[in-house]
Amino acid sequence: MHTKTLSELKTGLAKAEFSSVELTEYYLQRIERHNPDLNCFITTTAELARKLAIEADQKRKKGDAGSLNGIPIAHKDIFCTEGVRTSCGSRMLDNFIAPYESTVTAKLAQAGVVMLGKTNMDEFAMGSSNETSFYGPVKNPWDFERVPGGSSGGSAAAVAARLAPATTGTDTGGSIRQPASLCNVTGLKPTYGRVSRYGMIAFASSLDQGGPMAATAEDCALLLNVMAGLDAKDSTSVDLPVPDYSANLNKSIKGLKIGLPKQFFDSGLDQNVARSIQQALDEYKVAGAKLMEIDLPNMPLSVPAYYVVAPAECSSNLSRFDGVRYGYRVSDPQDLEDMYKRSRGEGFGAEVKRRIMIGTYALSAGYYDAYYKKAQQLRRLISDDFKQAFTKVDVIMGPASPTTAFKIGEKSDDPVAMYLSDIYTIAVNLAGLPGITIPAGFVQGLPTGLQIIGKHFDEARLLNVAHQYQQRTDWHQQVPNIFK
Amino acid sequence: MQWETVIGLEVHAQLATRSKIFSAAATAYGAAPNTQACAVDLGLPGVLPVLNKEAVRMAVKFGLAIGAEIPSRSVFARKNYFYPDLPKGYQISQYEQPIVEAGYLDITLEDGSNKRIGITRAHLEEDAGKSLHEDFHGASGIDLNRAGTPLLEIVSEPDMRSAKEAVAYLKTLHALVRYLGICDGNMQEGSFRCDANVSVRIKGEEKLGTRAELKNLNSFRFVERAINYEVERQIDVLENGGEVIQETRLYDSDKDETRSMRSKEEANDYRYFPDPDLLPVEIEPSLLEQVHSELPELPAAKKQRFCSKYGLSAQDAVQLTASREMADYFESVLADSGVEPKLAANWINVELAAALNKDGLDIEASPVTAEALGKLLKRIADNTLSGKLAKEVFEAMWEGAGSVDEIIEKRGLRQITDTAAIEAIIDKILADNPAQVEQYRAGKDKVFGFFVGQAMKATQGKANPAQLNKLLKDRLIQ
Repeated sequence: MHTKTLSELKTGLAKAEFSSVELTEYYLQRIERHNPDLNCFITTTAELARKLAIEADQKRKKGDAGSLNGIPIAHKDIFCTEGVRTSCGSRMLDNFIAPYESTVTAKLAQAGVVMLGKTNMDEFAMGSSNETSFYGPVKNPWDFERVPGGSSGGSAAAVAARLAPATTGTDTGGSIRQPASLCNVTGLKPTYGRVSRYGMIAFASSLDQGGPMAATAEDCALLLNVMAGLDAKDSTSVDLPVPDYSANLNKSIKGLKIGLPKQFFDSGLDQNVARSIQQALDEYKVAGAKLMEIDLPNMPLSVPAYYVVAPAECSSNLSRFDGVRYGYRVSDPQDLEDMYKRSRGEGFGAEVKRRIMIGTYALSAGYYDAYYKKAQQLRRLISDDFKQAFTKVDVIMGPASPTTAFKIGEKSDDPVAMYLSDIYTIAVNLAGLPGITIPAGFVQGLPTGLQIIGKHFDEARLLNVAHQYQQRTDWHQQVPNIFK
Repeated sequence: MQWETVIGLEVHAQLATRSKIFSAAATAYGAAPNTQACAVDLGLPGVLPVLNKEAVRMAVKFGLAIGAEIPSRSVFARKNYFYPDLPKGYQISQYEQPIVEAGYLDITLEDGSNKRIGITRAHLEEDAGKSLHEDFHGASGIDLNRAGTPLLEIVSEPDMRSAKEAVAYLKTLHALVRYLGICDGNMQEGSFRCDANVSVRIKGEEKLGTRAELKNLNSFRFVERAINYEVERQIDVLENGGEVIQETRLYDSDKDETRSMRSKEEANDYRYFPDPDLLPVEIEPSLLEQVHSELPELPAAKKQRFCSKYGLSAQDAVQLTASREMADYFESVLADSGVEPKLAANWINVELAAALNKDGLDIEASPVTAEALGKLLKRIADNTLSGKLAKEVFEAMWEGAGSVDEIIEKRGLRQITDTAAIEAIIDKILADNPAQVEQYRAGKDKVFGFFVGQAMKATQGKANPAQLNKLLKDRLIQ
């Protein structure tokens, strides 16, 4: 059953080949069996899932099944889910039972999904390896000694090991696309504003975007159909019609113009990964696409720009975790300042504290112009580079990560090396563009991912381009032996 | 040494929207703690602000009323600091690009002259909650009902030179926001709050002195007293060779003094930056036109009209235009009764104002309606009542004893204007008091009052005073 895609499960449920109760039970058992090895769930909601599955089956009988009725999925633990712990991977929120529902999870629930649980993640989505989680690192299903990537590492690993047919993730600097690459999963970061951020715990508000992770682009399309759209509760969500993302999947990509930024294929890229990506690009050539080199001259500045903007916003966004109203609070505060200092000092992990400090510094009087303002200017330049490129090409392609999955602990003491693992994904967030990662092959048994970047709100084309590749290849169907 | 006082005011006017500035929770005052705070107001993880359009509209209205520039684009920024009643750890405010830029307000001074006070800017922001320190043993309670209430912070130029000018500005501003219907102006409930920046300098000096910021000024009276205290304190410090420290000082109305709260060295670096959760506010010219067309007659224009159309003094006009309701009351008295505007102005500004003040009522709640007061004034105009009798009738009306004519009838308060009847009374008094008549005729003018008193006593005060005076004089000269 777990080898079926979400799309196939949907058909199976519709044809009553199996019930949602059976399907849900099946995945709950897989989680029970494999999660201890992988640690990709922070919370499993078995009881709730069983209840939702029964309801879904009843709804189907009554004929009012939503588009994803009865499909079990898991949510990144960054989305508030009413009545369920929403920890954001942090000790700070270990005791936080969300009293309200995020827009993304509400929409998916409305469509009939069955929530299996909440997936592990880097603390407050700050990390590229899932090692910053208060709940311990997630293991890469392809090699338990390696990281799954981050910050949506739990979501990526859960799909890769088929502990859930699909998951939600969020992407601030590559947090969907990089773990998708490291785990052999398809992951889409939509255009900024396409999916509501309401109820998604903020890391860097101008960069954060939720999106789907699944085995195939076709599955991601089904999920995005539900997730996307204007939300009156999010002023930055955009009022544009949501197309049927499944409608154009089979469109021919003959004549598609693909731009290859020379900055994506520089010396920082692992040679084996480069070869794997080249093979994927060759496949597109065979399919009739035209490849051309493009220049994104300011792209190398994206990492420094990002590591000013994102920490600056995070330093402010995380101020609400003060121990006053919810979350971790020291038991014996001497006075207010002591309560603040120790609650935050003990509630947050090292990486979160590092970023709060960087951000606080960047926004301080006398430094604002030199850092925050300058970073915003760089952001504009990076955005203009893409705009320029898209006058010549339809999509841009390159690797999603410079390497395959690295070893747990390998980079955890070297923040800069860690930050560079997002070098190919960060610029996309700074420009607010959509990007998708699809499985592109293997290097020494570890998956590689091809990243496809589109124009603003061109998700339908990204999914079409990704789907066409998946029609010609079977990398996306590969599952580690022990999870087969 | 001659000192000059320099004052600038920062006013926080709570906008009279039904819901909060960034959430749908209600803004009503006085609810049980934390019953009017939704997920957004509580600053729960993941929540986002959505701007209340009505608050924007009200700010624009204010901007137009003070002749300010309304930029086509303004930006919300985060002001970052930790405080238990500040749920997000930052206040959403406006910093570099406020919604209202420079404007002005004309105030009338005690001598009737006008002075123009510059308004630097006005910006939108959210209010914080309240910390409650009583009833919690060794701890504090937090009430977030007020968190997210829309405020318009109105910053003046340091254009005022005395506490009286500051109060005049504040009253004018207070009247304006109430005219515009954007703020209920309730100072007790904190809907209209004022901080005063006060400094002194040697007269003739260009450079401003170091200022202190006075807080907790929740009535016009306190504003005046706090500034006066602070000015004296600063002069005292300087004359004794000391230096004024830039600091925040709290006014204690019980002790009538200001006390140091915190100095600027301990001040926060607020790390302002544009709020990425909110789009810049775009103001279309069509909105400006629409709001402009909805502006009511403003206090300054109304005051001007009252002076020219009704021949009132500047002071009378200022008082009558202090609120839209007061001005409406005045004009409806005139419309109902057709009496002299001056008579109506006097009665409203003196008798009615005193009665309202005594009972702590607003004009809207006056037991004597404009129509009723008009009828009373008509009875003065047609000589049925003397001024003194009218006051008696007014008091009875205030107590709810009935209409003017009913009270006159019931209490027999009709003025005696029959010449023959008054003469008869006078004759009797003169006959009964020959000694006093002698004194008067010998040049002791004071005795005249004695005769008036006797006559009034005899008529229970109902004799028409002017007639009585004239007839009495005539008789005594004979």
